[in-house]
Amino acid sequence: MTKKLKIVVLAKQVPDTRNVGKNAMKEDGTVNRAALPAIFNPEDMNALEQALRLKDSHPGSVVLLLTMGPARAAEIIREGYYRGADGGVLLTDRKFAGADTLATSYALAMALKKMQPDIIIAGRQAIDGDTAQVGPQVAEKLSLPQVTYAEDIVGFEKNRLVVKRRLERGVESVRTPLPVVITVHATAPECRPRNAKQLMRFKHARTLTEEQDNEHNSYLPLVSPESLRIPEWSVADVGGEESHYGLSGSPTKVKKIENIVFQAKESKRLTSSFEEIDMLMSELISSHTIG
Amino acid sequence: MANFYKDNRDLKFQFNHPLMSKIVRLKEQDFKDSGNFDYAPCNFEDTVDSYDKVMEILGEICGETIASNAEEVDKHGPHHENGRVTYAPGTQKNQDTLTQAGLYGMSLPREFGGLNFSMVPYVMAAEIVARADAGFANIWGLQDCAETIHEFGSDEIKQEFLPRINLGETCSMDLTEPDAGSDLQAVMLRASYNETAGMWYLNGVKRFITNGDAQIKLVLARSEENTTDGRGLSYFVHDQAWGGVTVRRIENKLGIKGSPTCELVFNNAPAKIVGERRMGLIKYVMSLMNGARLGVGAQSVGISEAAYREALKYAHERAQFGKPIIQFPAVYEMLAVIKAKLQASRALLYETTRFVDLYKAYGFVGESRKLTPEERTESKLYQKQADMLTPMLKLMASEYSNQNAYDSLQIHGGSGFMKDYPIERLFRDARITTIYEGTSQLQVVAAQRYVTNGGYLALMREYEKIPLKAEHELLKKILIEMTLQYEKSVELLAGKDNDYIDFHARRLVEMASHIIMSYLLIIDSQTDDSFENSAQIFINKSRAWNNERYTYLKDFSPFQLSSFLAVKEERVPEA
Repeated sequence: MTKKLKIVVLAKQVPDTRNVGKNAMKEDGTVNRAALPAIFNPEDMNALEQALRLKDSHPGSVVLLLTMGPARAAEIIREGYYRGADGGVLLTDRKFAGADTLATSYALAMALKKMQPDIIIAGRQAIDGDTAQVGPQVAEKLSLPQVTYAEDIVGFEKNRLVVKRRLERGVESVRTPLPVVITVHATAPECRPRNAKQLMRFKHARTLTEEQDNEHNSYLPLVSPESLRIPEWSVADVGGEESHYGLSGSPTKVKKIENIVFQAKESKRLTSSFEEIDMLMSELISSHTIG
Repeated sequence: MANFYKDNRDLKFQFNHPLMSKIVRLKEQDFKDSGNFDYAPCNFEDTVDSYDKVMEILGEICGETIASNAEEVDKHGPHHENGRVTYAPGTQKNQDTLTQAGLYGMSLPREFGGLNFSMVPYVMAAEIVARADAGFANIWGLQDCAETIHEFGSDEIKQEFLPRINLGETCSMDLTEPDAGSDLQAVMLRASYNETAGMWYLNGVKRFITNGDAQIKLVLARSEENTTDGRGLSYFVHDQAWGGVTVRRIENKLGIKGSPTCELVFNNAPAKIVGERRMGLIKYVMSLMNGARLGVGAQSVGISEAAYREALKYAHERAQFGKPIIQFPAVYEMLAVIKAKLQASRALLYETTRFVDLYKAYGFVGESRKLTPEERTESKLYQKQADMLTPMLKLMASEYSNQNAYDSLQIHGGSGFMKDYPIERLFRDARITTIYEGTSQLQVVAAQRYVTNGGYLALMREYEKIPLKAEHELLKKILIEMTLQYEKSVELLAGKDNDYIDFHARRLVEMASHIIMSYLLIIDSQTDDSFENSAQIFINKSRAWNNERYTYLKDFSPFQLSSFLAVKEERVPEA
């Protein structure tokens, strides 16, 4: 008998830093979010695909998305629906604002306690911060095992989930009990496309806030059916210590931001002889440039 | 992220056409599915919003996946072994991705798993897929077969085959045989009925069959013994799972190399009849052909779009004599004309599609209730306009896609002749468009009757009535003069024999095409300024092109014809 799994994918809406224009950064060195389109964090998309594959191989399983952000981050939940997820939750509250990775993982962990999933899957890292901290911190806060750098969630072997990890020098297979937190690497298969029928089914899914604004799809009736309501959870909904949320729960302090421009300062000319290449290699290894 | 829908605003423009609301209302039959299907729209805005968003999905898949696979697919091609065909890996990936995205069975009703899209977004999808990979557009476009089953098949056949389309099962349309190409009346593949089995059995050979190893095949076969013409042919559906069909070989082609072109052997292959006996060619294939011609129109426009973009990019990048070559008049004229022909053929593509949409939708409405007399008149009018514009579209769009690919390659200079740039593939892929689904010469034959019966002239007069902005009055004057010149040209043929008329037919069809496309461009310029340059260029070029044809026709004497007839007596000397 195959298991019916409850899988939660942690996903973040991020500014698209891959196509950076001139005004991507503000004067003070922080990201100018207004100038960059908001997208589904790429590695979270790989994570979603892993979740959907588990759902395909374990019929009756449920895939939900959990995201934290402002009202417009509801788009992440819709995007998940379009690709085959069953729903999701938007964590949104002014009290979450200004969170660093620690406060973010606290909020996500509190929400996950309420959701009680069997498997939590996240992207390895988000392209706006590149910290790769949130997934592991969530695991720590929930006292769950974690498998990072996953490339393929292979399946179950005697109640243990087998996961392939992409490491610098190869691939490692590990077995883990459930519940577990898995972070997925960009080398994992890319996410399946949005499906036309799913899109038409769920394009009207809205949060209460969006419904009240009613800018989105203004030709629709004012109230959406309950089945298309995207739940919004606030601090009050997930509980916990208020001081652990948002800015007050964030020990990270930005001291200074510098604009670094890479440039060549000196160059060396080598012949193609083995000796010289060997010398270059040992030099690079000893300077920790490679290795 | 490359998105072939979002990066081309001329596509979304089509959804704003005034006829769209009528098309949607008819297609959705006043939104009767809303409430029965959770993905059915509840009003016009909702429907068009879905069209737009689904085109975005398709545009992304085409830009990111299909276009990136195109070069490899062209090089690798399909593989033939043991009577079966395997797609190139990229082709399979394209097919799987579009299946996952639910983009098969787009126009089928929801009860059969389709999206119930009208023809405008369906044709648009065909255009976008063709821009990414014209060869793959054939495999994708063969979902047209479902449309034929839906239109003419029994309920049982519809239930058996249609729900499989959205799940990604492939189709083929098996018409051509070694001795039956343009002349399908000569089809010989035999269909015999076996009373005991209650099945038909097919025996014979088909040739040049696109995607011939498909799961669902529509086959034209001779069901009536001792007949030799089109009235002895019926239409059949064959399921690959029933066995009996093998692929003898696949062709090695100049272009669209990713699309397998098969020679098939039918050896007691079981089949079921679609529709009525003897109606195979005269009714069903003719309808199927019109759909296929619309499809080639879309494919041609897609190739033109790709060719234009390649030329534009190269002309900016390539510098000679100290400046980008786009700065030279010889180059920018070519580019502007490519664009004008592209936009003109696209305008004709969607105008034709709207007429097809309307008459087909009336046909389906007519199945559930009696049409009012006004609706019947309107439906007939739209059908006539669709029949009239389809061969014109197929002719002009395919010829323009070849001209555009040729000019785009020319702009690339020596580099264009190498395998290093996509233009050489586009150039090869374009070549088939003027040949299959009826050659250009046969499109002229189909279009000719609307020259002689005044159909095209009536349409020009309709367009003439549409009020234009003051600044376009001069262009309109040109168009009115061109219409008069066209009328005079038609008169020049009055009383002439058939050979003489056939000899000049293409000239007249082209004159009509130039005028109609000119009108469409100037009409589009009323709501969107971005068409104005192309309208200006196309109208002025058209005037010159038509003057040339008129002069030739006016000064032509039957005496000149004899110089042409002389070629019939020539032979290639035996070696």
